[in-house]
Amino acid sequence: MRIFMLGWEFPPYISGGLGTACHGLTRALSDLGQDIVFVLPKPIESPQASHVKMLSPSQIRDFETSKSDAGTLAGLENVTFHSIASSMQPYTTPEYYQQKIKEIIQQKNEEGGFSDSERALALQQWENLAHESVGAGQYSGDMYTEVHRYAAAAARLALQEEFDVIHAHDWMTFPAGIAVAAVTGKPLVVHVHSTEFDRSGEHVNQMIYDIERRGMHAARKVVAVSYLTRNIIISRYGVLGDKVEVVYNGVEQNNDNRTAFNKIGIRSDEKIVLFLGRITMQKGPEYFLMAARKVLEEVENVKFVMAGTGDMMHRIIEMAAQMGIGHKVLFTGFLRGNDVQQVYQMADLYVMPSVSEPFGIAPLEALNYDVPVLISKQSGVAEVLTHVLKVDFWDVTEMANKIIAVLKYPPLQLTLREHGNFEVRRLRWSGAAQKCVKVYNELFQHV
Amino acid sequence: MASVCFYFQVHQPFRLRHYTVFDRSPRYFDEFKNASICRKVANKCYLPTNRLLLDVIRRNEGRFRIAFSLTGVVIEQFQKYCPEVMSTFDALADTGCVEFLAETYYHSLSFLYSRDEFLEQINKHTDTMERLFGQNVRVFRNTELVYNNRLAEIIESIDRFDGVITEGADHILGHRTSNFVYRPVGCNRLRLLLKNYSLSDDIAFRFGNRNWKEYPLMADKFAGWINKVNGNGQVVNLFMDYETFGEHQWQDTGIFDFMRHLPEEILKHPDNDFKTPSEVIDAYEPVDTIDVPHIISWADMERDLSAWLGNAMQSNALHEVYKLEKLVKQTCNQELLNDWRKLQTSDHFYYMCTKYFSDGDVHKYFNPYESPYDSYINFMNVLNNLKERCGQSFIRSSRQPAEHIS
Repeated sequence: MRIFMLGWEFPPYISGGLGTACHGLTRALSDLGQDIVFVLPKPIESPQASHVKMLSPSQIRDFETSKSDAGTLAGLENVTFHSIASSMQPYTTPEYYQQKIKEIIQQKNEEGGFSDSERALALQQWENLAHESVGAGQYSGDMYTEVHRYAAAAARLALQEEFDVIHAHDWMTFPAGIAVAAVTGKPLVVHVHSTEFDRSGEHVNQMIYDIERRGMHAARKVVAVSYLTRNIIISRYGVLGDKVEVVYNGVEQNNDNRTAFNKIGIRSDEKIVLFLGRITMQKGPEYFLMAARKVLEEVENVKFVMAGTGDMMHRIIEMAAQMGIGHKVLFTGFLRGNDVQQVYQMADLYVMPSVSEPFGIAPLEALNYDVPVLISKQSGVAEVLTHVLKVDFWDVTEMANKIIAVLKYPPLQLTLREHGNFEVRRLRWSGAAQKCVKVYNELFQHV
Repeated sequence: MASVCFYFQVHQPFRLRHYTVFDRSPRYFDEFKNASICRKVANKCYLPTNRLLLDVIRRNEGRFRIAFSLTGVVIEQFQKYCPEVMSTFDALADTGCVEFLAETYYHSLSFLYSRDEFLEQINKHTDTMERLFGQNVRVFRNTELVYNNRLAEIIESIDRFDGVITEGADHILGHRTSNFVYRPVGCNRLRLLLKNYSLSDDIAFRFGNRNWKEYPLMADKFAGWINKVNGNGQVVNLFMDYETFGEHQWQDTGIFDFMRHLPEEILKHPDNDFKTPSEVIDAYEPVDTIDVPHIISWADMERDLSAWLGNAMQSNALHEVYKLEKLVKQTCNQELLNDWRKLQTSDHFYYMCTKYFSDGDVHKYFNPYESPYDSYINFMNVLNNLKERCGQSFIRSSRQPAEHIS
């Protein structure tokens, strides 16, 4: 089967779990012999003309080896990448792109004789037009514009490709998914890695919610990363339950470059409790700090490492200072590649206090590195992991109680490690890919 | 001759309350939970089954005989939360058809860790049995039927015991069956009664299972299986948790009707009868010796200690408990001693079992914790507080004389 996949980020250019998930899933799908065309808006530093680059994996490697480890693309034999150059540049309004997509669909319906190549040409023209209109002062260099520009470009790209299924990851690509489906008539699968309610609590951004909702309703199948997310999709977005399938994320096996002996040099007698993730409301960084303060009442030789950035970063740094535990909390900023590995290897415990976490791949990675894990019960990954500690994100006393227990009782750490690492070996991307293929196949069975 | 020997294990642990590292309170046990579970099980199992058995004993005019082992900790809870259960046990004792067995008062694994503590708990239990039911106990059963040659030696060295009970595990029997009386290797006087796990589990585990090919199990069918033992066995030892009736097998499985009719069905065959464990020992000579160099138990398929001692947390927790023995006993503080002993109850360590945990099996149903890790954390927090109290108790007692002088 050939899959037209719409993504927003891909390693090494990632800001969170979505890129990691897309990488893992496409790789496993490729291993299963599925053909994938992967479209993503690549952020390119220099403002180039708005056009589409078609890149094979080898080309991408040539293009980028200087910045990234070429290894990320290994094993993606059956994946073709298309990247749409896009950076936060001033373009025109989302409405403009929507209008254009509507026009192309209308045209397709009205003039049956309108050939694909002609339509592609037309789209190209509109895009160029959009680019030219920059000077007209229609400044809207925001996420929405990007999303709609991406949609228009993807729709144009789709006309040049042969495929059976459209698979769109998260709201940023949903308009593109809808557009491609409308243009090509192929079935759309939307993959929900996170919803607006996870990211923003009750203060949802109505525009994003609308995009999500439209995407879910336009799709023939909705893939949710956990039952937690499935429930949100059903109750908050009004999608019928039998349309929503759960496919848990996986984690790649470590490349067995376990540098266990290097640890000795790094380790002092101080224990390390790790928070790794975006420092945003969704991830519950303030609960981590509140628990840290409680832990420090009982245990002296411990440091709390917060790896990641986000819109709450400054507030959290200030909060740590106000609590008088600033000297015990270290901020590393956003970590990539080897740094991630190193920080995991230093950690005695990984804590994910997320307020609302659709899945949460990071705990799987931590377990892969033999680090015991404490996760909030409000996370999708809690559905699949049993050999971890679980706590309500708001229950900071219990969170501290469990952190202290891990630091204080070595047999607990040992048992969590042993069983946790064994358990995580069962959660591989190949399983997720197989389920996705099943979802694709079902699309054609019922027609 | 086939004698049917019923023995029911009655036990409820003192469950711990949620206890964080920040807690300082010396109250460790969840009064509310323990009371409500005790009352719930009393209503579903202990009371109706006791009444039923009392009725069956009276109807059969002494021919239906059974044995119980009640742990000290369950008796304490009955007295505290539902004394009416105690009066039904009193009535059973009064029939003269019911034998009470000995065990460690706290349902502990002390045999594995401290001989002194083990013997003290047996003494405390036998005293309790004598005081409550006026019986001199003669047969010992160890917690979870944990057994090896060494246990038999220790038990034989206690004069009052004539017999000991354990699991009829295949690997200790070899080609032999559990349906005879045996002698533990190295013992002279002591007799060994082995659980017929197949027939016991037909009642205790499989009875309500609709996928079992023998479902539904009726009293006459089961009596037929007992009759088959005639000629190649002398005794069928049916040992099970008393909570089988009404709690593990719910009332709607028909378990009560089964038990009501079973005695008369079994007695229909003239060669069958019912005997209590000490009556079995008096009636039959041992046919062979049994050698158990390695520890066995009645748990799971493995019949070993792995349900209580299968991971690092369990072995650490058990080790830490018994490490406190000297300290606790030196304080001469009865309250500390009781708390410490209640922490020895095997259930606390069973809750920490990670075996099968991910499969969500039977181990989970009776576990008050969400995970084995939670139970270990809770237990260790309590134990640490107990340790601190022991230290404080010393400081206080060493200060007191000084205060008297001033």
